[in-house]
Amino acid sequence: MTELRLELTGISKQYPAVKANDGVSLRVKPGQIHAVLGENGAGKSTLMKIIYGAVRPDEGEIRWNGKPVKIRNPHEARALGISMVFQHFSLFDTLTAAENVWLGLDKSISLAKVTQRIREVAQEFGLDVDPLRPVHSLSVGERQRVEIVRALLAKPQLLILDEPTSVLTPQAVDKLFITLNKLSDQGCSILYISHKLDEIRTLCHHCTVLRGGKVTGEVDPTQETNASLSRLMIGAEPPELKHREAHLGEVALAVKGLTLPKQDPYGTSLAGISLELRAGEILGIAGVSGNGQNELMAALSGEDRRSPKGSIELFGRDISHDGPDPRRKQGLHFVPEERLGRGAVPMLSLAQNTLLTRHESVSRTGWIHKSEVVKLAENLIQRFHVAAGGPHAAARSLSGGNLQKYIVGREVDAAPRILILSQPTWGVDVGAAATIRAELLELRDAGCAVLVVSEELDELFEISDRLVVMAQGQMSPSIPAHETTVEQIGEWMSGLWPREAGHVQA
Amino acid sequence: MFKLEARPQPSRVMSYASPLIALAITILIGVGIFLWLGKDPIKGLEMFFVEPLKSAQAISELTVKAVPLLLIALGLAVCFRSNIWNIGAEGQYLLGAVAGSWVAMQAGPGTGRWIVALILLGGALGGMVWSGLVAFLKDRFNANEILVSLMLVYVGQQFLDYLVFGPWKDPNGYNFPQTITFLSVTKIPRLMDGYRANIGVLIAILAVAALWTFLFRTYRGFQLQVGGLAPAAARYAGFSSRVALWTALLVSGAMAGLAGALEVAGPMGQLTPYLSVGYGFAAIIVAFVGRLHPVGIVFSSLLMSLFYIGGELAQSRLGLPKAMTSVFQGLLLFTLLGCDTWIHNRLRWIGKPRTAPRRSEEA
Repeated sequence: MTELRLELTGISKQYPAVKANDGVSLRVKPGQIHAVLGENGAGKSTLMKIIYGAVRPDEGEIRWNGKPVKIRNPHEARALGISMVFQHFSLFDTLTAAENVWLGLDKSISLAKVTQRIREVAQEFGLDVDPLRPVHSLSVGERQRVEIVRALLAKPQLLILDEPTSVLTPQAVDKLFITLNKLSDQGCSILYISHKLDEIRTLCHHCTVLRGGKVTGEVDPTQETNASLSRLMIGAEPPELKHREAHLGEVALAVKGLTLPKQDPYGTSLAGISLELRAGEILGIAGVSGNGQNELMAALSGEDRRSPKGSIELFGRDISHDGPDPRRKQGLHFVPEERLGRGAVPMLSLAQNTLLTRHESVSRTGWIHKSEVVKLAENLIQRFHVAAGGPHAAARSLSGGNLQKYIVGREVDAAPRILILSQPTWGVDVGAAATIRAELLELRDAGCAVLVVSEELDELFEISDRLVVMAQGQMSPSIPAHETTVEQIGEWMSGLWPREAGHVQA
Repeated sequence: MFKLEARPQPSRVMSYASPLIALAITILIGVGIFLWLGKDPIKGLEMFFVEPLKSAQAISELTVKAVPLLLIALGLAVCFRSNIWNIGAEGQYLLGAVAGSWVAMQAGPGTGRWIVALILLGGALGGMVWSGLVAFLKDRFNANEILVSLMLVYVGQQFLDYLVFGPWKDPNGYNFPQTITFLSVTKIPRLMDGYRANIGVLIAILAVAALWTFLFRTYRGFQLQVGGLAPAAARYAGFSSRVALWTALLVSGAMAGLAGALEVAGPMGQLTPYLSVGYGFAAIIVAFVGRLHPVGIVFSSLLMSLFYIGGELAQSRLGLPKAMTSVFQGLLLFTLLGCDTWIHNRLRWIGKPRTAPRRSEEA
């Protein structure tokens, strides 16, 4: 019998508020692609950080190639041959991609050589990375690609990938899987962390399921169904979404040939974006991040007010120069991608955070009625089942999923006529994601126009009536969700949509 | 071994206790310094914490120092909460004094007591002009407000010097660089005869109430603070960062200028080049020790003026260097920053230190 590459026994880790890992054991064979499945907050990330030496376990033993080891820091982990791609990136904003990679390497290699190697690896695995760009200018997706390249440069024996596919096109996911299979054939073990059941079933040889910090199952994913995996993961099957017939209303939002030069030298310029959103429908915007979605969102929310006159209309009224607040007064609400620091102020309480977008409790003279603010927060917490310490809990004390439910709830509760959301379920656990999606469908049925930007194609197909794709600052024509496939949208994500037909209507 | 770990939520208890603990540590270190200097620590502490509170006269003197600190620090708290780093309050204070002096010098035989209101108003405007410059340069050219406000302190001092050495010099003043002594009608009214405490105390109390209301009960105040805590959230909400910049700087300029006018038309009675004693800089410490909270600043300004008066007493009665005042101020800020760590963090026992090499089992 072959020796195990990695064996964990009885790993426990206590955090101030939760026990992230509770007696977790894990056995990885050489060349095995081993899935670690679980909801957000199930303890996957903590377990991986323990293996990578970034977090020290309170209890338990780690064996590497049969020998007990104490991995005290990531440097030791890398020396052993463990590489990791984090879900939350550990890159220095002010340095370029190449310099960031260089930091983790032996300093005898020159930066020019590293840059060269990055280009080679990026080429080999189809990861589009410009090594000379500073990280602060990269989108989330691009940053992850830098991380993947960095991990591969070290020629690891064990590669840990934490939710790697969330920012890739389906074609790129296929390519990544080819790469991973190649690595596995070469004897490199892979720990693949995900909550995407389909991916795990296609890719992985073995699967360890975590729930609430404990192992709830060890299975061969190829022998399982989505439903059985899901039961192991969340203890129940995800609730079915009710999808009713769309009743289209008037045109709520019209974007007409919006062209907007980039503000940041590494941003994306918007080129002739046109779209029409009607009341009572959900329009999904697919695309790899960094292709102009953030810029379009800023232009639609009013955070970027440079749009040319007449390019954005709300119920037939030109709003291109209006700020966020006047747009909200006309019924356009927006949920941004970043929860902490943009959608909510981390240090302020949930109650105070209602005041960002809700003014019911502010009198005309600018006086804040505190009790009403608190009452509104209490209502939101109750109505949207937010697990929080109450209306006075600081926003940052909530888990990602709960804070997102609260922010989405805050905007949904304002009875918007148009709701625009960016990555509504990014990093949100399955239960909360389902709640949010159900909420969006309900809003649509009530006649609200909903625009969703997401990198999760499954999500877009699940809730959207129509889909458009953004690539390189341009927008594809729209297509009804039931008339298209993941493959077609994936192709469009590379910018390959039929151009002639696209001019008429989006 | 202990481990420092983040608290899930900032500790309320610690945010109140931290200044008190910091004060205790400052006193302890102070005792050490007294001993080291060969002075009786009890006597030393008495100079700082008992003598300045011993009599009505002493308390009146305490308010003379505390009022300018309090007013300036209140304005700075608004700035710092908005993430605008105005460290040039000293300059705004000087310009307020200059403007107040100009008004005071216009007084003639027929002038009534109403001129006091004009002096104070002039002082506030003078400070606002100086801080408005900072706001303008930041707004228009994105000039760094820390550098600009600081450098304007020195410009302000030079301007004041020019006036008292030149056009404003008292012709009958034996060539001393000072203005005429202001007419008594311009004198800031005192609270009681025989004591130097003046209506500045009442103005300061009003200012505390006004700024508390502004910061915690008005939407404007909320918007300012969101801009300071999370600029992206302020943009998302649609709060104007320009409005925040101008409001915060004009408020703090007005407060510092008001303090300058109160000083020059109050205890000083004339404008001299020695007006600047560092209130504008000490107020930065006052603002932070007071948690950038109007009520907290009341206590910290009183404490800071204890240090000022105590330093003078220690110098004259014990022969200690006057620098003791600055040492105490510095110590307090230093220990406060240390103690503040415990608001957001806590210690946790994590078992024995892991020094033994590669032991396979460990609880």
